[in-house]
Amino acid sequence: MAVIPKSWNVPQPDVLTKKIDHGPASMGLQKGWMSTTPVQIKEGMHCHAALAKNLKTVGMPNPRDWSVMGDDWKLPENWKEIVLDGLKDRLGRFRSFQLFMDICVRCGACADKCHYYIGSGDPKNMPVLRAELLRSIYRKNFTLAGKLLGPVAGARNLTYDVLKELWYYLYQCTECRRCSVFCPYGIDTAEITMMGRELTNLLGLNIDWIAGPVANCYRTGNHMGIQPHAFKEMIDFFVDEIEDVTGVRVDPSFNRKGAEILFVTPSGDVFGDPGTYTAMGYLILFHQLGLDVTWSTYASEGGNFGLFTSNEMMKRLNAKMYAEAKRLGVKWILGGECGHMWRVINQYMGTMNLDVAEGSKMEDPVSPITGTKFENAKSTKMVHITEFTADLLRHNKLKVDPSRNDHLKVTFHDSCNTSRGMGLFEEPRYVIKNVCNHFYEMPPNTIREQTYCCGGGSGLNAGEDMELRMRGGLPRANAVKYVHEKHGVNKLACVCAIDRAVLPNLMEYYVPEVDVTGVHEMVANAMVLDGEKKKTVDLRGEPLPGKEDSE
Amino acid sequence: MYDGGKIITGIIIGLVLLAFPIWYTHGTAPPRPEVKLPVKEKQCVQPKAYMKTNHMQLLDLWRDSTVRAAKRIYISDDGRKYDMSLQNTCMSADCHAKKTEFCDQCHNYTGVVPYCWDCHIEPKEPKEKSEEKH
Amino acid sequence: MNIVLSLIVSGLAISALVVIPFAGVWAAPFYGVHIEWLFGIVIPYLAAITFFVGMIYRVVKWAKSPVPFRIPTTCSQQKSLPWIKYDYVDKLDNPSTRLGVWGRMILEVLFFRSLFRNTRLQYGEGQSIKYTSSKWLWIGAIGFHYTFLVVIIRHLRFFTEPMPFFVKIIENVDGFFQIFLPTAYQSGLLLGAAATFLLLRRVLIPQVRYVSLPADYFPLFLILTIAGTGILMRYVLKTDVVSIKELTMGLVSFSPKIPEGGISVVFYIHLFLVSALFAYFPFSKLVHMGGVFLSPTRNLENNNRAVRHINPWNPKVKIHTYEEYEDDFREKMIGAGLPVEKKVAPTENKE
Repeated sequence: MAVIPKSWNVPQPDVLTKKIDHGPASMGLQKGWMSTTPVQIKEGMHCHAALAKNLKTVGMPNPRDWSVMGDDWKLPENWKEIVLDGLKDRLGRFRSFQLFMDICVRCGACADKCHYYIGSGDPKNMPVLRAELLRSIYRKNFTLAGKLLGPVAGARNLTYDVLKELWYYLYQCTECRRCSVFCPYGIDTAEITMMGRELTNLLGLNIDWIAGPVANCYRTGNHMGIQPHAFKEMIDFFVDEIEDVTGVRVDPSFNRKGAEILFVTPSGDVFGDPGTYTAMGYLILFHQLGLDVTWSTYASEGGNFGLFTSNEMMKRLNAKMYAEAKRLGVKWILGGECGHMWRVINQYMGTMNLDVAEGSKMEDPVSPITGTKFENAKSTKMVHITEFTADLLRHNKLKVDPSRNDHLKVTFHDSCNTSRGMGLFEEPRYVIKNVCNHFYEMPPNTIREQTYCCGGGSGLNAGEDMELRMRGGLPRANAVKYVHEKHGVNKLACVCAIDRAVLPNLMEYYVPEVDVTGVHEMVANAMVLDGEKKKTVDLRGEPLPGKEDSE
Repeated sequence: MYDGGKIITGIIIGLVLLAFPIWYTHGTAPPRPEVKLPVKEKQCVQPKAYMKTNHMQLLDLWRDSTVRAAKRIYISDDGRKYDMSLQNTCMSADCHAKKTEFCDQCHNYTGVVPYCWDCHIEPKEPKEKSEEKH
Repeated sequence: MNIVLSLIVSGLAISALVVIPFAGVWAAPFYGVHIEWLFGIVIPYLAAITFFVGMIYRVVKWAKSPVPFRIPTTCSQQKSLPWIKYDYVDKLDNPSTRLGVWGRMILEVLFFRSLFRNTRLQYGEGQSIKYTSSKWLWIGAIGFHYTFLVVIIRHLRFFTEPMPFFVKIIENVDGFFQIFLPTAYQSGLLLGAAATFLLLRRVLIPQVRYVSLPADYFPLFLILTIAGTGILMRYVLKTDVVSIKELTMGLVSFSPKIPEGGISVVFYIHLFLVSALFAYFPFSKLVHMGGVFLSPTRNLENNNRAVRHINPWNPKVKIHTYEEYEDDFREKMIGAGLPVEKKVAPTENKE
């Protein structure tokens, strides 16, 4: 039996999963979905409302303190007008949105592809129905058939209850795009959720787990709200830790002008276990290579919760990377392990913010160690760290002893964003296979482009929605459990800071024998450093089996 | 990015494809086919309207009857007797002697290729002798 | 709308679409009213106009909204380092070039590639979750669309004179087995079977049933009724095809005329239903026919880091600049030994 913290307010896994019903009983024959409002908002299945102060910091509209469970959400008087105007505006600005409102045939291919539907059995978590919640409003107000025929054409009025229902399910979607892989028209529920969330933001209806990090990131440069001196202190602490374990003292630099490379990683890696060990991994890698790289306290956040707020907010937060690269005069940017950060970099950053980099000293990224040109990043000038490290390993520029990871049986969790918003599959696998000897894939329907969400992506990794997270993480945990039972897997590797924050809880709940690690933690543990002492423990201070008293 | 050019090209291609019958026909419908009716014989085995829509069923019946049951006498609804034969009755010199002037007229027009001629040999059409008759 | 109501509403709509031409062509003459011209000429023309104008309007409306970001759903390995495997599957499922996008779109439009991936969840006891390959929907969809295409091409025999070669070929292949008389076309029967399958899965699979609207049942009913009247007319009730072709050729050559002697009412019902389908098309989910080409998650390269995509409305936004940041934290930064731009704090620390 898993020991589950009381604060999670979640029953034992077998109890939670037994009651999930995907059959006809969960979907009434007598009642169509349109007549099931008002929605019953459940504790544990949503995040807390955004605090007024966090919205004010970034100038978001309608800031006020409100409560999701409360009857009155304190909406502005003209909220309907705001939503409908906002809807119209976005239909005109995003072809994806306009198209996805029109062309769904409700074939149902996406229905059982969503981790939240699998884990909750709530039919409104089927991607098609999640989208229909918004489509019904679109039809009523913007299509002839909807105006004339109403419910017969799948149209319904925007009422207070409908808004609440829409909100509830928009914040039960992690924008993971798994449904989009299976859709014959490529309809991407993530796009619809993003637009829906932009609309809720017009009413000040964000969740605080997103609004807080956004406000923090805007002011201090990172989600955690860590100020520059504290950021440096934390890294200095890593430096001591690394010396304890390896006997090598690394020497990172901050906000250093004239460095060749700017390194940006999610602040989660600096402030939360087990990401911290991954951060130590970066430090060790850079030191061993003698890389001319600097950290920045201003652009100290790779993640971007603006992505979960609005495209404008995403742009405002992301701009810091280029602004800092320009100020410091670096040649290119190296990005750490993160999921949604890379969705932003790969799909949005160049389009949004390359103007900011104009006049900078940035040039096409070239690895100073191997001379490899990163042709695929010549416009944005930002390279993924696993691309960088894979290239090093390929050219034998990194001395590694994979046997140092022999006590690990590793599987790899593809994060949704790097998988379906980028296609980063082989690079992390290549790195992992080079630094550890025991690697096992999870079943094919749960990895690569069909990978499952950790259950807490897109800003839903809060502490108050543990039930939602455990439900959403079920398919992932199930696949981990499978390889744990079959191959004795005890490490779940990932290249995403949200994964590193979310998956440990998920493993604790479903597969307590499995630990979560970043890829570069394993890289650093396997690296043979110049001047290292005899290693007896890994970066976590855990003894290395067979290394304690050998020789 | 709008990709307006590509979309307009797409629309045009779509329209051209969907409007195929219109430009293929380019505005002039061929006249309704005229079948040459027999001069001597005035009455077919069944009424004209029935023959128009159901002649294939009748011929099918004749084939089955003659080939499988060796029954060759057909009695029409009004009691007339006929030898069940495509070539000797239907296409006899007094009736629809010329395939090209009778069968083919409608069959070609509507694009229906009957499989009568998979077995039957197309009757040799008599050379035009009675040209003055019409 | 629950399932029962949805089926009733769709069923009633179809019944109306059958009764109207029946009343207009079969019953009206008893009262001395002859309005074949309405059903044979005016309505088909109006339906065709509605279809063409409606579809253009629809596509233009989509086209008017820009694609601000390049957001392909990447379903395979990206193109990155030269030695990392990026073979033909990756080039098609995660294209980095125009050619790859063409390939992806051809697979998507002609072979329903994404639907081919379909799996089915099997949720069992004790957290047992399995996924099985499920190609039934793909088979049904392919069967439905391709037989529909064959039926449409076959119908060109009524709209062209002489018939183009491909119509003859299709017709020969379609009637290959030479069974029944007139020769049975497989496409008609298969279309009916496929549409029935799609209807049954909609009614029987609880998830699909739950999301289905009258707008999902209606087109299936409509197409089934069209196929049904077509089959009825060809094999059972019989009509004068020559007169039908005279009418249809009149329509396409813009010299419409109701043939003398008339055509049986079943033809007018068939024609009216087809007209309804055409007119309904641009206002329904059937616009996926055009929309599939425009989906930004499928028709774009995944090369954003190599080639910049331009957003025509790229907004001007307020950014928290480094200078503002340093003003906020200068003393602390100096205290921690971090480099700063301005050595002396010009104003009081805001903290």
